[in-house]
This record gives sequence, C-alpha cells and structure tokens, in this order.
Amino acid sequence: MIVTQTQFRQSLLDPAQAAPAGLTNPDGAQASKRFDVYRNNVAVSLADALESAFPVLRKLVGDEFFRAMAGVYLRKHPPTSPLMMFYGEKMPQFLQRFEPAKSLPYLPDIARLELALRQAYHAADAAPIDGQSLAALSPDRLMATKFKFAPSTQVISADFPIFGIYLANTAAQAPRPEMRAEALLITRPSFDPQQHLLTDAAAACISALMDGNSLGVAMSSAGNDLDLGATLGLLLGQGAITTLT
Amino acid sequence: MSNVTKTIIIASAVASAMAGLATSAAAEGDVKCYGVSLAGGNDCAAGPGTSCAGTSTVDYQGNAWSLVPAGTCETMELPAAMDGTARMGSLEALERDIPA
Amino acid sequence: MLDATSDNRLPNRVGVGYKPQHYMDIIQGTGPLGWLEIHAENYMGAGGRPIAQLRQLAEKFPISVHGVGLSIGAEGALDRDHLARLKHLCDWLDPASFSEHLAWSTHDSHFLNDLLPLPYTQRTLARVADHIDQVQEVIGRKMLLENPSSYLAFAESDMEETAFLAELAARTGCGLLLDVNNVFVSATNLKTSPQAYIDAFPLHAVGEMHLGGHDEDADETGAPLLIDSHGKAVVDPVWALLDYTLAKSGPKPLLIEWDNDVPAWPVLADELTRADGALALA
Repeated sequence: MIVTQTQFRQSLLDPAQAAPAGLTNPDGAQASKRFDVYRNNVAVSLADALESAFPVLRKLVGDEFFRAMAGVYLRKHPPTSPLMMFYGEKMPQFLQRFEPAKSLPYLPDIARLELALRQAYHAADAAPIDGQSLAALSPDRLMATKFKFAPSTQVISADFPIFGIYLANTAAQAPRPEMRAEALLITRPSFDPQQHLLTDAAAACISALMDGNSLGVAMSSAGNDLDLGATLGLLLGQGAITTLT
Repeated sequence: MSNVTKTIIIASAVASAMAGLATSAAAEGDVKCYGVSLAGGNDCAAGPGTSCAGTSTVDYQGNAWSLVPAGTCETMELPAAMDGTARMGSLEALERDIPA
Repeated sequence: MLDATSDNRLPNRVGVGYKPQHYMDIIQGTGPLGWLEIHAENYMGAGGRPIAQLRQLAEKFPISVHGVGLSIGAEGALDRDHLARLKHLCDWLDPASFSEHLAWSTHDSHFLNDLLPLPYTQRTLARVADHIDQVQEVIGRKMLLENPSSYLAFAESDMEETAFLAELAARTGCGLLLDVNNVFVSATNLKTSPQAYIDAFPLHAVGEMHLGGHDEDADETGAPLLIDSHGKAVVDPVWALLDYTLAKSGPKPLLIEWDNDVPAWPVLADELTRADGALALA
C-alpha cells in the first residue's frame, strides 16, 4: 500500500477525509489521530504565521474570528514559497470577497498596509543620497531630475483612514479615526519601517516620482496644494532617495 | 504655472527641505514600528498536539459560519466626512455591524 | 569527493537556536555558548535587521545554517529558486555547517510548513540521495541530514530509519545531524527502543546533535503520542539518552532548540549549562 504525497497532502488539508490507507499505528492499525498531528502542525503553523503578519487585522476582528478566517485562508491560499515571512500576500484580495468580513470594508486596506510594513522590514538595504547633492543642482537641472528610491519605500492610498485605524490599534491614547481617505508613505531609514501620513498632493507627487517622472512633472501632476519643501524634506530625512538621474 | 515659476518653487522647496533636515524631530503623524515583531519566519517545531485547529470539520465557507468580527472594530465607528457622501454605501454596511 | 568533516567546522561545544529577542544577551553574554544555529529561510529576505544582525553574530560565533523548507524528500524536483537562495546565503555567510531534514514539505509547489514523513524504501532512498547530491553540488559543500520525529509508520517501509540514513550518508558523503529528542519521540511513538536506535546509528557520520523539548499526548488507543514541539525544557529521559549517545560517539557540537513559547535567556542559559556538563563527561 503506497501513500503518495498527493494523497497525503489532500488528506492533510481536508479534515473530512480519512488518513491515507497505508499509514499505521505501531500495532499496524490504520492511523487516525496520529495523522492529525500533521494536520494540526500545518494548520497551526500557517495560522500562526498569519497572526504574526497581520496583528492589527487580528485586533480589529478579534482572536476567534481571525483564527477561523485564517483556517479558511490557509486552505484557499496555501503558501507557494517556503519563506513564511512573506506568507499572506493574497489577504487583501481574500478579504474583499470574504462574506463574513464584508461589514468592515476597510480590512483589505489594513491588510495592504501590514503587508507593506513586512516588505519594508525585509527590503534590501540602500544608501541614501545626501541632501546636499540635491541642493547643489541648478534650478533647471532640478526640474528635470528623476529619483530612484530605496526598495523599502512605498506609497499606500486608501479610501479609508488606514493611518488612523492603525494608530488607534497600536498606540496608547491615539485619537479616534475620522472617516476620510488617507495616503501613507512607508520608509525604512535604518531597520524599523515608519509610516507618514501624506496629503493627497504629496501622495500624488511621490507616486509620480516613484513612477519615474521628473521632479518638474511630478510637481505639476500634484497640483497647487503641494508643499514641495515638506515633501522633499520628508523623502530626504527618511533616506528614501538613493539616486539622482 | 510657467516653467520659470515652477523652477523657482522647486529651488526654494529644496532649500526649505534642507533647512528642515537640520531639525530632525519626527513630524507629528509619523508611526515607527519597532523591533523584531515584523520579522516573521520559519521554525522547525511541531504545533501543540492534536487539538482542533487542523481537524475541525466546520465548513467555514457555508452557513455554519456563525462568527462576527468582535475585536476593536466595534469601537472603530467611522463617521462620514463632511464631504463623504460618495462613501455612504460602505459606511452603511459598516454601521450595520456596530451594536447600538 | 568533498569531505563532510572539513565542511563542518562547528566546535564540539554547546550551541543554541538563535532567536532575535536574545540578541543582546548573546552578544554581551559569557557562559558556555560556542556557536549559533539559524533557520535558513528567515535570512532569505533582501536586507534589513535580520541580515544585519546575522552579520554581527557571525563575527563573534560560528554559525550553523539549518534549513527547514527545502523539502529534500519531495517526490517532485527540488525548488531551484529556493536552492539558489540557499546558495546565496551560504556564499556570503560561509557558515560552519549546513543541515536540512529527512522530510518533505512542498508538493506541486504548495509549501505546507511542516516536516512531513517518508516511507523508508529503495525508491525513496534513491530519490533523496539524488536530491542530496544536487544540494551539495549547488552549495559546493557537504551537508548534514537530520533524523525526523515520527508520529506514525508507513506500511510500505522495508528499511529501518538508521539503515536508511547510513545508506544515504554512504552514497552521498553527507554527514548526519542526530536529534536525540527526535530519537526519543519516535521510539516512544513507534514503541521501539531509543537505545537500540542509537546502537544502530552510524555515529561516525554525526556532525551535530540536537536537543529539545516535546509535548505529551495520546493516540485514540491511549498509547503515548509525543509531539516535537520545541516549547519546553529537555526532559530527563532525553538527557539520559544524550549521555548514552555521547558515551559512544564522543563529544559533538550540541544544540539546544526552543522554538515555541521561547523563554527568557536565563532559562536557555541553564539548558546550555546542563548540555555543557554532558559534553564535558563525553
């Protein structure tokens, strides 16, 4: 009686199936609870990985709901890579279609934010430019300058107050989030990812720069509300710019 | 806006950005994530025994799902912004879930 | 042929499975700690604190890279991307040892995040030997292969695990990682003798030993079912089995593993002190 890994895996992820025939207890009888050890290891370890990846999501929906939801997620989206630090990458899309959480429409955006923080934590190290090298450029040259960004740098725009919700669930005495769209810049100046609330104009400007547009074009696309000094100050201060071209 | 004006704005913005760098205090509205909690990762340990997580036969996708979100989302009531009419659909859905 | 002993430069001292929360204790510490073991997959990110910490630690300690995700027992081909990541890590870190498990965890490109069991047959032997050859060729060094914790048996198995591992070492030149807790867990679960397992084990090929804690459960017949949870202190019968093994093998690099409910450093330091005492008697 040969047990293939296909049979083993099918039974692992489907608790309604019996353990594959050919797996035995020491007395030779068909294994059942002993197979459950493996079932449990897989489900628990993947659910644990999701808990560690999405602490704010978990706080928002509560432990019991999160654990049950993780049980659905891990069967629908088992990992496709052995790197557990990046597991959960389909959580935003999953949440969009997950009926029991539909009443909380901001959950997919919170999942995006938490994935981005994890990405930033593990992103490649980068040597930022000195602000002086920007200041040294002539005004005309500045207009045409394009930036390359540290790999940890990300802009996240959402229809919901993701920054406020994140803060309210991680910081003591944080204010109640107000309903509004919010955009964030994520940076990692040394080893710890940081989030910065952006104005719409700053988000548009930084996104345009990250898409490879020149400073002049990015500034125009951001509109008149842009405080370019503050925006550049933020990028330089956070070590987010690595190259001027 | 003319190119000349833009050029002047950019040059002065760079100057003000440089001035701001000298005072390195974190701006209000920044959050820093500390430490190792973001690391995540693998280990080679087995889970805690044969308890229910891997063996539950509850059909989470079907009608058997009886759980509702019951964490801090209950206190996350998000009143509509003054101009927030475009988001009313989602807010109504949200409010259904918040106990009166 | 690459030489398993020269590719394994771990000292015959006690080591610990590294957890980031113990970074300061380890960097500042004294005590018997002679080396560190890391899980390879946790250092396959592109950069940031994990890699920076590892660089710092590697300046102070010999590092053992212990893979938990290669799925060397898989029916299918090894994941070439993962092999490349492993090679990259071994290239820049130049660890004192690389080890993996006699287990599978990936099938049809789905990773199951557990060390799943294999039947001990000639067919499995040929496949695992091929995979070990491939790994050793890609990373350019000999590896160590660890004996698993078993919870059940395969009706199709027609070899003892000890003979299976001995044959793998003979065919591929790989060394072996003897997890003494796994021996105790498997022997209890499968109602065999842990001492007989040690007696039959090719101890000459052992390049490292593991010790860890386990949980106790029971199967549906009430028979004991031990779980390799790495969440507790090492129990006395496992310490006794370690003494039995070291008396035959002589001193080896000896690791304390604690992955779940990781305690404060002083608790691990106590385990290290006890392990150091066991090594001193060997």
